[in-house]
Amino acid sequence: MSDVEALRKELAAAIDAAAGLDELEQIRVSALGKKGRITELMKGLGAMDADARKATGQALNALKSEIAQALEAKKSSFADAELNARLVGETVDVTLPARPEAEGRIHPISQTIDEVVAIFGEMGLSVAEGPDIEDDWHNFTALNIPPDHPARQEHDTFYLPGAGEEDRMVLRTHTSPVQIRTMMAGEPPFRMIVPGRTYRCDYDATHSPMFHQVEALVVDENTHMGHLKGCLIDFCRAFFDVDDLPVRFRPSYFPFTEPSAEVDIGCVRKDGEFRIGHGDDWLEILGCGMVNPKVLENCNIDSTKYQGFAFGIGIERLAMLKYGIPDLRTFYESDLRWLRHYGFSALSAPSMVGGL
Amino acid sequence: MKFTFGWLKEHLDTTASLEDVARRLTMIGLEIDKVHHRAKDLDGFVVARVIAAKKHPDADKLTVCQVDTGKETVDVVCGAPNARQGLVGVFAPSGSYIPGTGITLKPTEIRGVVSNGMLLSEREVNLSDDHDGIIELDDDAPLGASAADAMGLSDPVIEIEITPNRGDCLGVLGVARDLAAAGVGTLRPLNRDAVKGSFESPVTVTLDFGKGAEDACPYFVGRLVRGVKNAESPKWLKDKLTAVGLRPISALVDITNLMTMDLGRPLHVFDAGKLKGGLSVRLSKKGEKFQALDGKEYDLDDAMTVIADDNGAQALGGVIGGDASGCTEDTVDVFLESAYFDPARTAMTGRKLNVLSDARFRFERGVDPAFLVDGMEIATRLVMELCGGEASELVVAGAEPKWQRDVMLRPERIETLGGVKMGNKDIVKILSSLGFDCKDGKESFVVAVPSWRPDVVGEACLVEEVVRIHGYDNIPSVSLKRDASLPSPALNVSQRRRVTARRLLAVRGLVEAVTYSFLSAKQASLFGGGAAALTLTNPISADLDVMRPSLLPNLIAAAARNAARGTGNARLFEVGPYFWGAAPDEQGMAAAGIRAGASGARHWAEPPRPVDAFDAKADALAVLAELGIPVDKLDIAAEAPAWYHPGYSGVIRLGPKMVLGHFGVIHPGVLQAMNAKGPIAGFEIFFAALPPAKEKKSKARPPLDLAQFQAVARDFAFVVDLSVTAAELLAAAKSADKKLIDSVSLFDAFEGAGLEDGKKSLAVNVVLQPLDKTLTDAEIDAVSDKVVANVSKATGGVLRG
Repeated sequence: MSDVEALRKELAAAIDAAAGLDELEQIRVSALGKKGRITELMKGLGAMDADARKATGQALNALKSEIAQALEAKKSSFADAELNARLVGETVDVTLPARPEAEGRIHPISQTIDEVVAIFGEMGLSVAEGPDIEDDWHNFTALNIPPDHPARQEHDTFYLPGAGEEDRMVLRTHTSPVQIRTMMAGEPPFRMIVPGRTYRCDYDATHSPMFHQVEALVVDENTHMGHLKGCLIDFCRAFFDVDDLPVRFRPSYFPFTEPSAEVDIGCVRKDGEFRIGHGDDWLEILGCGMVNPKVLENCNIDSTKYQGFAFGIGIERLAMLKYGIPDLRTFYESDLRWLRHYGFSALSAPSMVGGL
Repeated sequence: MKFTFGWLKEHLDTTASLEDVARRLTMIGLEIDKVHHRAKDLDGFVVARVIAAKKHPDADKLTVCQVDTGKETVDVVCGAPNARQGLVGVFAPSGSYIPGTGITLKPTEIRGVVSNGMLLSEREVNLSDDHDGIIELDDDAPLGASAADAMGLSDPVIEIEITPNRGDCLGVLGVARDLAAAGVGTLRPLNRDAVKGSFESPVTVTLDFGKGAEDACPYFVGRLVRGVKNAESPKWLKDKLTAVGLRPISALVDITNLMTMDLGRPLHVFDAGKLKGGLSVRLSKKGEKFQALDGKEYDLDDAMTVIADDNGAQALGGVIGGDASGCTEDTVDVFLESAYFDPARTAMTGRKLNVLSDARFRFERGVDPAFLVDGMEIATRLVMELCGGEASELVVAGAEPKWQRDVMLRPERIETLGGVKMGNKDIVKILSSLGFDCKDGKESFVVAVPSWRPDVVGEACLVEEVVRIHGYDNIPSVSLKRDASLPSPALNVSQRRRVTARRLLAVRGLVEAVTYSFLSAKQASLFGGGAAALTLTNPISADLDVMRPSLLPNLIAAAARNAARGTGNARLFEVGPYFWGAAPDEQGMAAAGIRAGASGARHWAEPPRPVDAFDAKADALAVLAELGIPVDKLDIAAEAPAWYHPGYSGVIRLGPKMVLGHFGVIHPGVLQAMNAKGPIAGFEIFFAALPPAKEKKSKARPPLDLAQFQAVARDFAFVVDLSVTAAELLAAAKSADKKLIDSVSLFDAFEGAGLEDGKKSLAVNVVLQPLDKTLTDAEIDAVSDKVVANVSKATGGVLRG
């Protein structure tokens, strides 16, 4: 037994003192190889009597596994040391900028439309659309704006030649013709919103030849002015995220609604500051009213049975007010500095549950 | 529409404050634009007279004035050139603050002479920029009285917006009537007494319209006043007109302006001495010329209403008077016209000739057809009061057009349409005070509409009248109730696709732009547009006169503008309409994007490279993939339209015909024509061409079948002719064993070095995915051979050794 013990000590000392992987391998071969010393001792077991064989065999097996373990441990410590030595030389300046990834933006007009759709969608309105190039009938006549009506002059219409003087086309001056198209194509009830491009032949600090509106139309047998107020008050408070935002309805005039109203929201104007909310001032934001029975009749809808409301809101105006964008004209200039500043992250898709 | 608070009170007996009146006006639909306190900066200053003036002993330009302020006499040293004895001016005593200069006056000594207070210029009280001299008031202005009163400025000016339906409120009377109905005081009655004519008017009037045009002027009331003296108007009249921005001219002209502003009754005055023969009211003749009071000559067509004498047109009915017969200081006999002109024809005439006048503004909105005689009587009285003279009997041609109209009102409609419950008594009270006459019918009121409200034509109009005066504030608001407890999607699948495309492109690093739907004809033509049917007849500018055939040109122009500002490498996209015709089905929605310049800014780890067709291809395919288009089934061919580089661009098709989009490097010639620096890579995706997005019945996915066996990959490099496309080679390799080959990807492509001319090398990685057992070497070799054979057969490619 002392042989085994002596061998264990000798091998352990050799492993401990090994200077590298090569030396370690030599020790392994000399101890555990085919002709290794432990292997040789194992070979001698056959000549022993049963008791001695059992005892020596156990001792040798224990020694074998102990040495194998010691070899592994030593090997792994060499590997660690080697890795550590290598890593010492591997450094980067972690303050260097990461590889660039371009960041896209969503235009405030798109974002605002998405917000408006999210709110009215929650009220059960769905999106309808129509063409930008309209005929005179859909854009004016059907909306109770006959050819000599003074309201037509206020529209600053863009014209396209059409086949002749009589059937010249127009760029729609509002999204209202989509009311007509929707009502002509379907049966009441109607609950829709129409976001889209609109055009007026006007260009200055507060007018753009192209801008966006969102139109709404709710027609059924019971909708009255109280619903119009409720719908718009709910909208304004949700959109501007001011729970008790003052909203005021003033009588006004639009040929396609009767009664008609303009809507103001409360604001504060003081020392150059402007804020939406409780204040001593009002800001006009949209026009609305109960659909004029003549408009319903123009769309072959029984105006003695059906009624409802319509309104139109300027998208840019909403965006300017909510996001503090000072100049209308900048919306269409595609200045990247502006787009990055006022634009929105691709992932900030508005929803009522996720927030606007 | 402008008037002063005092003027309003001439018609409205009220104790309401200005603030109250202003608030009520807005809330009944006569929106306040501005309330102008003109005398704000005259507060505390008084009328004073210079009773003596002498030169300052030590200064050439100064005058020492002895000023009577009504209370005392003080010495004032004044530098104004018009300071002189007898002048009545505006005096600011010592201690007062001068708004125009921001100085508070103190008694001073100016070069040895004591000065107590100051005589003011208009600039010093913010009335104008005039500082050439001190204000001069009328000689009879009462000394010591408020200067604001003496100048007729103490009465605040109210400016309101009148909607096009409310022609009746284009006179102060109409505004007062609305306010009275709203409970702000009571309406004072007008003196409509007739003036007795003492002779027959020598000027006759005939209405000479052909058949069908009688409506142009159906009713004309005239009168001659002889022996008038047309001088300057009295102060009260001049003050009124000045307050509302009109320049006083002479009493006769001022009276017509007053009638217009006060009662919404435009009138015209002819100098009867300059008329030849009687007046004929008729349509103009084509080519007829008319010299108007505004100093301009107008060419008339054959559809305008003129009032003519034997010399020709003397007035353009309802629009503007003529120069030849206009009233002057020498006018002795004046002929007054109070007529009714057709709104539509008046509007058309004014529009064609581009004349904006207070008369046109009212006639095109409809003046009261029952107020012609009353208006004439009131005007006659004013003429005789201010200019003297003797009135003729009335000259009447035609007859009052029929305006009487009954409209039915079911009182419950106030609640079922207007949303507010009101009692019948209150409804009738409001309508009556607005001039409507309500008669009780069986279940509804029969409401007679007054002559001045041509806009009220139906029940809804009456509901508006009642609710408007009752107050929209009193309508309880009711939130909309949905049909179902949860909302259904507001967007249909094709609308949702555009939202998805937009968000995806932003995720990919492109910045969304919203650009005009129109552009210049030149740019349109570069992108296949510019048709006459899509060219605006009245563009805002020549650069914006054609509807865009593509979204690309505006994006390219935007990239160029950004580059010029120093922001290069623009990455922009837009989702919006493009046009190929003017019909509703000749416009579509597209997503388009561009990447300009380099792949990025200079970076230590990733040097930028110029953008190329594959940047645009990646964007285009990413959009299509996100929209559920089977991208692996697309056919890509080098057949993009002319605005792309012919060699670096492609068309994306699904099936042989359906073009889903284009991508590639924009043609350098196009960029040059647009002054844009290249390279720019761009793409267009046409939503209408995409296979319709179907609402699937089930959202469940097919079961996931994961392979159990190890996949095997083999690389192949082929030498092929330059004309062989990657797509052809990949398809050939893939078809070697459709079951076993899971994917074939191209990982290397090169030409040149080591290859024959006209050849290129394409290398692919083929992945075999066994489904039921591990592949043997023999099986793998068999598929490999098949790949080589297939490629060779389809493309003539040879496996590289």
